[in-house]
Amino acid sequence: MAKISFKLNDQIVEFESDLNRRLLDVLRDDFNLTGPKEGCGEGECGACAVLLNHEIVNSCCTPLANVIGQEVITIEGFSKTKRYEVIKNAFANTGGVQCGFCTPGMIIATESLLNKNPHPTDFEIRIGLSGNLCRCTGYNLIVEAVKEAFKVGEGLW
Amino acid sequence: MSNWCNQLLKEVICLKDISKSINRVDNDEKASGQAKYVADIKYEGMLYAITVRSSIVKGEIINIKYPNLPEGYYVVDYKDIPGKNIVKVIFSDMPVFTEKTISYLYEPIALLVGPDKEVLNKLLKQVSIDYKEDEGVFDWVDSVIHYSFDKGDGKKAFSNKRIIEYTYETSYQEQAYIETQGFVGYPEEEKTTLIGSIQCPYYVKNAVIQALGETEDNVRVIQATVGGAFGGKEEFPSLIGCQLAVAVKKIKKPIQLVYEREEDMLVTTKRHPAKIKFKAAIKDDRIYALGVFAGIDGGATIGLSGVVLSRALIACTGVYTIDHLDVSGDVFKTNTVPNGAFRGFGAPQMFFAIEMFVEHVALALGKDVLEFKKAHLAKQNDFTSTMGIFRDPILIPEMIEKAMEKSLYLEKRKEYDKPNSYKGIGMSIFFHGCGFTGSGEKNVIKAKVRLKKDGDLVYILVAAVEMGQGIKTGFRKLVSHMLDIDIERVIFNNPDTDFVPDSGPTVASRTMMIVGGIIARATKEVKNRWQENTFVVEKEYEQPDYIEYDEETFKGDAYPAYSWGVNIVEVEVDKYSYQVNIKNAWSVYDVGKAIDEKIVTGQADGGLAQGLGYGYLEVMDHRVGKIRQKNMTDYIIPTAMDMCPMKTYLFDNPYAFGPYGAKGVGELSLIGGAPAVAMAIEQAIKRRVHKIPVTPEYIMELIKNGEN
Repeated sequence: MAKISFKLNDQIVEFESDLNRRLLDVLRDDFNLTGPKEGCGEGECGACAVLLNHEIVNSCCTPLANVIGQEVITIEGFSKTKRYEVIKNAFANTGGVQCGFCTPGMIIATESLLNKNPHPTDFEIRIGLSGNLCRCTGYNLIVEAVKEAFKVGEGLW
Repeated sequence: MSNWCNQLLKEVICLKDISKSINRVDNDEKASGQAKYVADIKYEGMLYAITVRSSIVKGEIINIKYPNLPEGYYVVDYKDIPGKNIVKVIFSDMPVFTEKTISYLYEPIALLVGPDKEVLNKLLKQVSIDYKEDEGVFDWVDSVIHYSFDKGDGKKAFSNKRIIEYTYETSYQEQAYIETQGFVGYPEEEKTTLIGSIQCPYYVKNAVIQALGETEDNVRVIQATVGGAFGGKEEFPSLIGCQLAVAVKKIKKPIQLVYEREEDMLVTTKRHPAKIKFKAAIKDDRIYALGVFAGIDGGATIGLSGVVLSRALIACTGVYTIDHLDVSGDVFKTNTVPNGAFRGFGAPQMFFAIEMFVEHVALALGKDVLEFKKAHLAKQNDFTSTMGIFRDPILIPEMIEKAMEKSLYLEKRKEYDKPNSYKGIGMSIFFHGCGFTGSGEKNVIKAKVRLKKDGDLVYILVAAVEMGQGIKTGFRKLVSHMLDIDIERVIFNNPDTDFVPDSGPTVASRTMMIVGGIIARATKEVKNRWQENTFVVEKEYEQPDYIEYDEETFKGDAYPAYSWGVNIVEVEVDKYSYQVNIKNAWSVYDVGKAIDEKIVTGQADGGLAQGLGYGYLEVMDHRVGKIRQKNMTDYIIPTAMDMCPMKTYLFDNPYAFGPYGAKGVGELSLIGGAPAVAMAIEQAIKRRVHKIPVTPEYIMELIKNGEN
């Protein structure tokens, strides 16, 4: 057990825990943040994606030790932002949401991509989303959503 | 605005084409992470369950030794089942917990239940089981279901004709829903309640009633938000629903049973591997008669396998009319994980095989493939394989034209034919029979639908499940459109068997066409009684008079309606690594009438991606009964990098009994992907493909030894 502190969705959190616990379990079990999902438990599907210092990571493969003193944003935190509104509306308009299990992770991936590259090409979008598996959409409409998001949200990233 | 103007505006809105897209009603809760899937649901004092499984493929349990359980931990096994130790499905031959006999690896024996998952995992490792081990059967020799039928002159039609024969093979496919299987169960006084990731609330409820030996009132099943299903959550949840219900009944506490990915991949039902042999008798450069011999691997239990086989056999001629048929098929029992429902339900196997076969026959005869296929296309009023009738117009010729025009098929086909192009373009043509086979809807399912008007609101009360396919939006849009009211005034909550009637399972591309059709009839009555404040309308399925089908002889109209499709897929194959790169895909569909174009496009893209994956990417196999792919790293499903831009075009062709003419959508779009990509690869490598998935290893083998 160790004393741990990091920034979670704009708040500093402090608690005692094992350093080798998975960030995903801490978020879901200790903070009841169930937006990040467990799809595979080994960093393959991206359903558990969160932002660590504004970059996408799979929280199922992130030990708690790695986030000490860092900033973690989950979909619950990100959904309070204007960027989220733009991305969410784009997903809705294009039809990028189906069963929804991959959607929070896909939105986190979109944010992480646009944060680094506000005007990605189709190819760059596909690379940016390739760590997130979706079994419903075939990705086509999600790629369209990302394109709509950066056009509508011009200047936000 | 003047009244007149208002009235006019209203009429314009009324006449608005229903296909025009709206945004889905569940976008916000899903995007924001607020939607509650099974694993997100927690109760005070909730326990967890993990499954004790066999470590052999075949044999008998001699003795089980459980470790000493700490306080608050339990074993739940067959001895705790108050009712029947059998899971009620279409063919009930699977125990809830095996008592003695083991027929596949990782067969469920018991649940360990307790408050701490880590402790449970430790306890699981300490369970020791003695077996009397037998040798497993993996060859397809033990036929447990055999079907056969003929058409026209049957076997006689083959004498004195030129015969062409080829065999095709398809392998496993895993549904790979991103949310694994799971339930949360809890007691409510006398009642046992389950919340699950399920397609069929009443399948689970009826199975639990039988396993618990309970009355209907004492079992309640509620659908959680479902994170993908694709058939994988049709019958399998009945097994684990029963197991969990037995545990809840015994322990009387809330319990969660959620599979980890590895467990899900190793033990849940998959698409049946198939081997299909065709024999064509040729007369006047046409296929005069077709012999079909199909085998599918059912795995250790039969379950739905017979229905999968029958749906495959009914589709044996593909979209072509062939007057003389000799058809037979078997379900083989092997000591492997039971196979079951997966989007397409037998059709993806058969359409891959028949599309390749007709092409290979054309090549053997030295004919142009497209012209050969066109010459055999089924037309309106032709007899189906089962001597039913294609009653509605068939738009396939126009759909082929459209797909070719958009993809520049003919030009590309010609260009890629050049030696060493390593590029190819392929076209598949297919249909899907909508709804249950034959009289299944009337005799077995007997769907009921209820609408409740309460003041300004209308409640849709059905057991249909939103699993990503968009039915929540579709049904609310349908009712609001018919009543000409705002969609916010139409309520459709996740089904809860305490409140909704049994409108049947969410399967078989039946939900919009069949359940939606009943909803539309009920909505008409609501509209006529609109002045009344509060009332309930209940309607049942009415089968069109003309449908008659004999399941024994495979004679009659197997389906009330058919949806149709054309896929064109363009690929490039790497000269050195033989990696297949999908460049583009075009689809044309006749789904009667799209209730929402955007939702249908989503189904079209997603189904095609699964069909393409089935055709070239998704490898699953077993070694002596053990599935070798146990996670998303071993079992590769398409990523955004593997997929390509997809274009979809819809043709209206309304079906009289579907709401606004709608037919089935969900399964159709998976069926054409595999044959289209296989044909494109054939052109790229100038070799004939006889099995899927067409992996680089298979391509290498074909380039060395394959037929040109």
